[in-house]
Amino acid sequence: MSEELKIEIVNPEKSFLVKEDVLEIVVPAFEGEMGILKDHIPIISFLKPGIIKIFSKSGDESYYVEDGIVEFKNNNLSILTSKIFNLVDLNKSKLEDLLKKAEEEANQTEISDQFKYLADQKVQVLRSIN
Amino acid sequence: MASLDDLKKRIASVKSTQKITKAMKMVAAAKLRKAQENAENGRPYSEKMKNVILNLSNGISDKENAPKLLSGTGNNKVHLCVVMTSDRGLCGGFNSNIIKKAKSFFSKILSEGKELKIITVGSKGNDQLKRIYGDKIIENISFKESKNVNYFDAEKVSKIVIDKFEKSEFDICTIFYNQFKNVITQIPQAQQIVPLNNEDSEQKSLEESYEFEPDEDEILSNLLPKNISTQIFKAMLENSASEQGSRMSAMDNATRNAGEMVDKLTIQYNRSRQAAITKELIEIISGAESL
Repeated sequence: MSEELKIEIVNPEKSFLVKEDVLEIVVPAFEGEMGILKDHIPIISFLKPGIIKIFSKSGDESYYVEDGIVEFKNNNLSILTSKIFNLVDLNKSKLEDLLKKAEEEANQTEISDQFKYLADQKVQVLRSIN
Repeated sequence: MASLDDLKKRIASVKSTQKITKAMKMVAAAKLRKAQENAENGRPYSEKMKNVILNLSNGISDKENAPKLLSGTGNNKVHLCVVMTSDRGLCGGFNSNIIKKAKSFFSKILSEGKELKIITVGSKGNDQLKRIYGDKIIENISFKESKNVNYFDAEKVSKIVIDKFEKSEFDICTIFYNQFKNVITQIPQAQQIVPLNNEDSEQKSLEESYEFEPDEDEILSNLLPKNISTQIFKAMLENSASEQGSRMSAMDNATRNAGEMVDKLTIQYNRSRQAAITKELIEIISGAESL
């Protein structure tokens, strides 16, 4: 039996990534990082800002996401997200842009606790990439 | 009867109009292809989103306490209508079809004694609606400066909608847009987005149960606002494809009509030229005869 599962990442504009030979995926779920292997039970969860790590036979990849929903069913993992970047493409200036935006968000005063938490999270993750 | 010179000028002007409409048609055709592609690329996202929400709302334990965006406020007094139109004209019946659909909906609401609030997206809709429903329009959004439809714009619209919902300024929200069927057919749609109505939810309830992390309610309350952005984005994509399609067929018609007009004018021009020649000949001959 193969150990592979399929992943599909879609953003509103297009289907961002489809991969069929994935061994393991680590997603930044809302209640902590979550690793998904083959034959995981069906699950729906949503993401907080963080890094998605994909381990596959054709190589490992990492993506930075700001939000999203993950759904796993029948060895199909779908991730819906509105903001996603491949870490390889994320050069310094782009990263700084994102960081600046995130910091601005985090420094707003009139925001809800949850929003503040998410913004802080963004800053933290982006700093750790640096 | 118009003089020869006038006719000549007329023909030249129609011809140059034809050139313009032809060019516009070409541009619309190119843009249409792209818009159509975008609309197709955007479909998986909205479909997946719909599925997840369906699964979630089936799995929800406590229907009474379901998020308000899903179940509604329990009232249906205040309607918010988001009318999406284009920013540019010369696209056939595109805008007027949406407006017509929206207007009939408005008059139905008003005749039932309910309150109406309107948000217009796109300047053309605002122009047409403000004459009659000027006092009802609470917001006018236009994305003239953004070249392509993007998710960021859709989020802006949905943020306004959600803000207003949270301040309980309305009970039911409907969006109006044109659904793209093919180049010559666009169907004006009225879609209710708040509260969400799932007409086809029954058939999917057989699916396996999911594990939710955190619980259903929390995911739902996070997801529903996103769903609104997604729906609005989808409507915007459909709309832009429809706009280009509509413009393309309108410009195609215009080009053809201009061609017919040129033909007609040319015949008229030739006839009057011939008439002038004949008249001159008659004058010469009768002059010679009288000698």
